[in-house]
Amino acid sequence: MKRYSSLIYVLILSFILTSCFDKRKPNYQYFPDMYEPVSYETYGEYDIFPNAQQALEPVKESISRGWLPYDYEDNAEGYDLAKADLTNPLPYTEENYNKGREMYDIYCATCHGGNGNGKGYLVEREKILGVPSYDDIGRAITEGSVYHVMYHGINTMGSYASQMSNEELWQVTHYVMTLKDLLEDKEQKEFVEDVENPVVR
Amino acid sequence: MKKVLFRPSKLKIFLLLFSLLTLPQFYAQDNEPEVEDGPKTIEAVPDADPVKGKELFNSLCAACHKPYRKAVGPALHGITERRDLDWIQKWTINSRELIDSGDSQAVAIYEEYNRQAMPAFPQLSNEDVNDIVAYVEQPKPEPSGGKKDDSEDREIAGGGGVSTDVILGILAFVFLMLLVILFLVNKTLRRFAEANNVELYKKKEKSKPIWVAFAENQFLVLVSVVVVLLMVAYGGYGYLMQVGVDQGYEPIQPIHYSHKIHAGENEIECKYCHSSARKSKHSGIPSLNVCMNCHKQINEVAEETGNDEYSKEFYDNEIQKLYEATGWDPDTQSYTGETKPVKWVRIHNLPDYAYFNHAQHVTVGQIECQTCHGPVEEMEILYQYSPLTMGWCINCHRETEVKMADNPYYEKIHEELSKKYGVDKLTAAEMGGLECGKCHY
Repeated sequence: MKRYSSLIYVLILSFILTSCFDKRKPNYQYFPDMYEPVSYETYGEYDIFPNAQQALEPVKESISRGWLPYDYEDNAEGYDLAKADLTNPLPYTEENYNKGREMYDIYCATCHGGNGNGKGYLVEREKILGVPSYDDIGRAITEGSVYHVMYHGINTMGSYASQMSNEELWQVTHYVMTLKDLLEDKEQKEFVEDVENPVVR
Repeated sequence: MKKVLFRPSKLKIFLLLFSLLTLPQFYAQDNEPEVEDGPKTIEAVPDADPVKGKELFNSLCAACHKPYRKAVGPALHGITERRDLDWIQKWTINSRELIDSGDSQAVAIYEEYNRQAMPAFPQLSNEDVNDIVAYVEQPKPEPSGGKKDDSEDREIAGGGGVSTDVILGILAFVFLMLLVILFLVNKTLRRFAEANNVELYKKKEKSKPIWVAFAENQFLVLVSVVVVLLMVAYGGYGYLMQVGVDQGYEPIQPIHYSHKIHAGENEIECKYCHSSARKSKHSGIPSLNVCMNCHKQINEVAEETGNDEYSKEFYDNEIQKLYEATGWDPDTQSYTGETKPVKWVRIHNLPDYAYFNHAQHVTVGQIECQTCHGPVEEMEILYQYSPLTMGWCINCHRETEVKMADNPYYEKIHEELSKKYGVDKLTAAEMGGLECGKCHY
C-alpha cells in the first residue's frame, strides 16, 4: 500500500488544483481594486434602490430626449382613429426603406414572414398561429393602423415600442406597406430623394 | 472434475442466444404499424372538411382563439352545442352586423368581452366557416401515450435501429459475465495447483531498491530536477494567468432560459430580445414584456421540445415562472399587476477600468454576436465562451479588417491611413484600435 500512497497524494493534489474553478461561480480575483466599479453599475444590486434593484423604470412623467408623445389610446377607438387619420411622417427614402427592412427582418419576419404573407418561421413550426397576411381584406391595414399596432400591440401581438424608437417604427411601417403593395401585385412606390427625417411621434 | 471447464462456454452460448433473442424485439417495435386516427365527422356539419378548416383556423382565427382553451376570445370547442350553425356563420363573417341588428346572443358576448369586436372576415364563405367548425369540434387529442413508449420511439428513431444505450448495456453485461467466468476459472485452477502441490509464485531475491539506484545516478537526478522545475514553472504560469478570468462561467439562472430552443431551433434573431445591443453600450437583459410578446400565446412547449435531459413538464414549469414574474394570469388573459422581477445572474462582466460598447461593435462594426459570445444558439445553459482578457481583445483588433466599402464616413481616413501604412485594407488596430485611451480612461 505504501507504494501507492505517494501516487494517491499526487492525484488528490492535482484534483484540488484543477477543480479550483467552479463553473457555477465566477473565478476569484487578485487585488480587484479597479475591477469593481465605484459608481452604480447597470443591472447592479445596491441597497439604495427599492428591492436593491438598479434596473428601474424611468421617473414618472419624464421622457427621453427627442421623444414625442403618441396621442392615440390603446383601445378599439384609438385603433380606429389611428387607422383613419394617422399617416407616415417620414419621407419614403431609400435609407428609410432599408432601415425598415433591417428592423423588419429582426423583429417581424419571424412571425409575419419575409414577404409579409403571415407565414414566418415560427408560424411554419406552429409555435405562433393566426398571423394574418398583410393583404388581408378584413383588416385592410393602413400606415396608421400598422404603426398603432406596433406601438401598442393588438390581440396576442405585444408592443414593440420598447425595442424600437418611434423613428424606427415608422421606417418599419414604410417597409410593411411596401410588402402589402407587393402582395397585392401593385407597383412599388418611387423613392423620394434624400430628405432629412423630421422628429416623429 | 473436468466438466467444470466447459461451464463457461455453455454460459457464453446462453448469452449469445439471449442477446440474439432480445435484439429482434427492438427492431420489431419499429415495424408495428401506427394506428392513425383520421378526423372525425362532426354531426352538425357532416360535409365539412376539418383539414381545410385547420388551415383556415390557424391562419385567421388562432391569433385570438384556441380550440380548447380561452385566449383573447372564448374557447371554440363545443360551439355547436351553444349556438346554431346559422348564427356562427353570420357572426364569423361579419360580427358587427349581427351586434347592430340587436341579436341578444351577439350583444351578450360583445358585452362580456369588454366591447372588443371580432374583426370581419368577408373572405370566408359559409362552407369555409363550416370547415372551421368541423376542425374546432374535433375531440381534444389525448396526450400521446405513456412516457416510456415515447423515449423508446425516439431511441429507435435515432442511432440506426437500436439505441446505443441498449448495445452498451448488453456489452457491459457480457463483460461482467466474462469477468465472473475468469474469476471462477482462476479459482478452480488454483485449487488444482494446491492439490498438486505446485508452487505458484517464486519469492524474489532482495535487490537494491530502485530509488536508491536512482539517487546514486547523479546525471539522472539532475535531469529530473530540471524537468520537474520546468513543469512547475509551466503549471504555475498557467495557473496564475487564469486568475480573474471567467471563461466557462455558467451560473444557474432563476428561470431556465434555453438559448438553444429560442435562438437555435426557432431561429429568433439575437437582436429581437437584446435590442439595446444595436444602439447602446449594453446588450441589455430583455425586459419581460419582450418574453410575453410570444409567451402570451405559447404557454407550454411542444411535445417534441422536451428531451432526455429536460422534460416537457420542466420547460412548462419554467414558462409558469415567467407568468408568476410578470403577473400574467393565463385563465383570465390579463395582468394581475403583482410583479416579481427576475434576478438574472450576469455572466459577462468586464472590469471597471475597461470600456466596451456593444453598439460600436454590433451596429458600426457589423460584428456577429457569435464572434465573441460563441455558439449561443447551441447553448442550453449560457456560459462565457471567450476569456474577455485584454490579449483577446487586442488579437481581434489586429486581425479584423474594418468594413469600409460603401461607407463615405471612412473615405478620407481610409485614403490617408492606407498611404501611411502602405496597405490596401485596414485593420481595427491600424484605425487606432490599440490606443490605450480607446478602452482605458
